[in-house]
Amino acid sequence: MQQTKSISRTRRKQGYKYFLMILPFLILSFLFSYFPLHGWIYSFFDYKPALGLSGSEFVGLKWFKILFGNSTQMRELLRVLRNTFAVSLLSIGTSFFPLLFAIFLNEIKSKKFKRLVQTLTTLPNFISWVLVYSIAFSLFSTTGMVNSLLQNLDITDTAIRFLDSNNLTWLKMLLWSTWKGLGWGSIMYLAAIAGVDQSLYEAARVDGANRFKLMRHITLPALLPTYFVLLMLSVANILNNGMEQYYVFQNAFNKESIEVLDLYVYNTGITGAGYSIATALSMLKSLVSVSLLFCVNFLSKKLRGESII
Amino acid sequence: MSHSQMKSPKASRIYDHSMKDRLFKIFNYTVFTILTLICAYPFYYLIINTISANNLSAGGSINFLPRGIHFQNYIDVFNLSGLSTAAMISVARTVIGAICTVLASAFLGFMFTQQKMWKRQFWYRLVVATMYFNAGLIPMFITMKNLQLTNSFWVYIIPAIVQPFNIILVKTYVESIPTSLQEAAEIDGAGILKVFYKIILPACKPILATIAIFSAVGQWNSFQDTLIYVSKQKLWSLQYLLYSYLNQAESLATLVKNSGSAAMANAATQQTATSIRMTVSVVVVLPILCVYPIFQRYFVKGIMIGSVKG
Repeated sequence: MQQTKSISRTRRKQGYKYFLMILPFLILSFLFSYFPLHGWIYSFFDYKPALGLSGSEFVGLKWFKILFGNSTQMRELLRVLRNTFAVSLLSIGTSFFPLLFAIFLNEIKSKKFKRLVQTLTTLPNFISWVLVYSIAFSLFSTTGMVNSLLQNLDITDTAIRFLDSNNLTWLKMLLWSTWKGLGWGSIMYLAAIAGVDQSLYEAARVDGANRFKLMRHITLPALLPTYFVLLMLSVANILNNGMEQYYVFQNAFNKESIEVLDLYVYNTGITGAGYSIATALSMLKSLVSVSLLFCVNFLSKKLRGESII
Repeated sequence: MSHSQMKSPKASRIYDHSMKDRLFKIFNYTVFTILTLICAYPFYYLIINTISANNLSAGGSINFLPRGIHFQNYIDVFNLSGLSTAAMISVARTVIGAICTVLASAFLGFMFTQQKMWKRQFWYRLVVATMYFNAGLIPMFITMKNLQLTNSFWVYIIPAIVQPFNIILVKTYVESIPTSLQEAAEIDGAGILKVFYKIILPACKPILATIAIFSAVGQWNSFQDTLIYVSKQKLWSLQYLLYSYLNQAESLATLVKNSGSAAMANAATQQTATSIRMTVSVVVVLPILCVYPIFQRYFVKGIMIGSVKG
């Protein structure tokens, strides 16, 4: 009796010791994830960094009223939301590209060629957006490679402004993110294809199925669950485009169409020093995103009996 | 013989079929060749232009093969003020950041498998939950400012130490290691840290390598944290420096032109806005190209990191 008590006491002591060992990391996690949430109260103040929170004036719902009540601000918000949705929907609409890429690449029999394709198409995923912009600049600026080529071939006299214009901005952004992400996005599908039971293919071939039937009836269905999960996640992230791509590509000409929510928050918050209104906006964005994630997760549980988070 | 085969209806169907098959193959190889060229050519274009005569590359006439090969550009950009500092900052944040994340993920992933820990499940969930929300740009900025991390090198390292998804990866991996290993070591009198150091770290090598390589690439490519938290030029990373060069390459070219090393340069090695921009780009991308063959092996595990984080 005495002995079991002392064992359980040393056990408990050890439990506390283990906790103390991870405590520094828990503090870090708290400091950089939970603690910043207190900053949401800035959206109810007219926050001036120089004055600090205590010196700033409490304004209640002023910023929310401006966001939705003031007609100029409302027009701005609608423009930014339109950009956000356009960019997100274009990317959701083309989210089956990596799937097709994987299915068709799987049909190539030469291992060497396949490997080469995979190696080179995945590479752009590992460079930063700054570098992508640098490449875009080298190729598509008014003095870039494409314009020199077009002028040398006498196709056009004046340089075409690919980068500093507002033509087809959303489409261009989609093309760049596809260029960067297509090969990488297909890797997960290729891994899933590698896991498909080969006897399925053989049985179907014996039954007289040709290449296209195999692709359509065996490979494709094997990939759909993965596709579904990724699709749900991108729906949940519809407001989160990130800002890096749009920040590096933005200029005075395309700002109208390139400013997505994340970039707008940066431009008004940090560049424009509108801390409070930017916080109000990003708080709303965070709340919508988290609720979307839960909805999507609920939907996935209902439809597939599996949660995605 | 093939002629007679063609006549029978069955054989003609086979012929038809193989014809379709061949067309498909041609189509497939063509499409993938084009896609691959589109992905690879820009890198090739940058590289051949940085080693070609600068007056030719500024005129946009180097498209397929380098001409007038020289390496003066690389010598000149390293003399640009700021580039070597930025390179040092980038290397330092990549190495230190990756090491910290790997060790922290390994340790936490392992500790969260220890049933004895006080309120283990609660702490674990608390850490994992941070994957699904963030406070937003301005609150983060103000927090960093209050923690005195803005304009400090440590803003690159400290916030990135605890990565929930990496912890999940390690935890799952540790759970697949037989617990008898740990128990045997404990009977021999090893403490938890010794178990971690002697048994868990070596056993988790594959997963830790994946985490190391992906966090290193992430650190190297990171641009946004410099943009938001750092204004001191001494702390700029290479990515940020490249971005600033992209916006002011003209004035940079004059800067280099007037500096001593390039004073007697001829037109072929005279720095231009184009040559500086491209050379710095290659300097930024070269480390990625070098480690790329190694980390291809870790792709499948890595994509899970990427998809959940993104």
